[in-house]
Amino acid sequence: MSGKPKLTYFNGRGRMESVRWLLAAAGVEFEEEFLETSEQYQKLIKDGALLFDQVPLVEIDGMKMVQTRAILSYIAAKCNLYGKDPKERAFIDMYVEGTADLMGMIITFPFTPPQKRNLALIIERATTRYFPVYEKVLKDHGQQFLVGNQFSWADVHLLEAILMAEECKPDILSPFPQLQAFKGRISNIPTIKKFLQPGSQRKPPADDKFMAQEP
Amino acid sequence: MAGKPKLYYFNGRGRMETIRWLLAAAGVEFEEQFCETREDLLKLKQDGYLLFQQVPMVEIDGMKMVQTRAILNYIAGKHNLYGKDLKERALIDMYVEATMDLNEMIMHHPLQPPEARAKHLASIIEKATTRYFPVYEKALKDHGQDFLVGNRFSRADVQLLETILIAEECKPDILSKFPVLQAFKARISNIPTIKKFLQPGSQKKPPLDPKLLPKVMSIFNISNE
Repeated sequence: MSGKPKLTYFNGRGRMESVRWLLAAAGVEFEEEFLETSEQYQKLIKDGALLFDQVPLVEIDGMKMVQTRAILSYIAAKCNLYGKDPKERAFIDMYVEGTADLMGMIITFPFTPPQKRNLALIIERATTRYFPVYEKVLKDHGQQFLVGNQFSWADVHLLEAILMAEECKPDILSPFPQLQAFKGRISNIPTIKKFLQPGSQRKPPADDKFMAQEP
Repeated sequence: MAGKPKLYYFNGRGRMETIRWLLAAAGVEFEEQFCETREDLLKLKQDGYLLFQQVPMVEIDGMKMVQTRAILNYIAGKHNLYGKDLKERALIDMYVEATMDLNEMIMHHPLQPPEARAKHLASIIEKATTRYFPVYEKALKDHGQDFLVGNRFSRADVQLLETILIAEECKPDILSKFPVLQAFKARISNIPTIKKFLQPGSQKKPPLDPKLLPKVMSIFNISNE
């Protein structure tokens, strides 16, 4: 069963955004079905479409895939964005898990009760735990991409995390010249440049209106 | 650089336990270095051993690997426990991500404030018995094979067994409605490497003693996580 992958999720970033980024970076066109009501979501569950009753759901290559990391790993491998051997893969995995942890903090921010929100912690983690690692990796090997001198999932994921962090603090990359150059370089890759333009399937940050419509 | 993998963590289950299970299931001997104080963890950080200042860390094949999933993926790939092609791998990934979600809930249980504990436990049991276990019960029943994916032992079987056992620690009869999982549990437990890991004296860790919780939290500064 061929055809474009089909993404089922809410009309917002959440856990699906990294999947959109990766498909777009790989130049893969995809369709989207947006869950707008609780009834739609319940119907998906009742129809047995969701293995663990959860979205994201991506229908791809005859599979109804769930679990964000499973989906991302599959796409990365299929589209040759997962390194050329187990050790490159290991480094890609370490790097994407780091950016996933950082983005996880940012994604849950709007859903956290105001009194528990800690923007300062996000910024601290970004600038002292995560970004210095990628800055050093790029500086040490002097290559264009994070792993194996080749464009990979790690580069896409890091760019996504950088842009998300800049939405929290616009000058967050000021201590990181390598990452600034990286951001410029990766943003100019044609598939990514296209995804960054208005009218693409990239989603805006969650706002109060989006929050109000959560089933 | 040959030699046994070396695991750096505190002397307890936490996020390292799944890694111990997978190495043991693969028949790989490993060493462990335990962080017993905040200073132990600080020293690892200062020596530059921890890429993101966090454990688990596993020294393996010349790499200082961090991030639990990265470590598990590498070990599974290396020891042929990750399926034979991309689609089997995808199915294994879906299955293990779900067991890790359930494990995560159970891992956080001791951290719940006392007044929330009973409700949290009820939620764990509900998720286990209505969201997760029915899926594996059905998968095994539908194909009738001994293992979850591809008619071959994989990390999915190891991780499901681990999750079943910790769920039984929450509720001993939690598998009562799942006859196929009961048979699976017995079958996988009898695999020689796993049988050995389940015996006293192995590197399998006991559940966290609640009295030790404040000490563990202080090592990891968990209130700041």
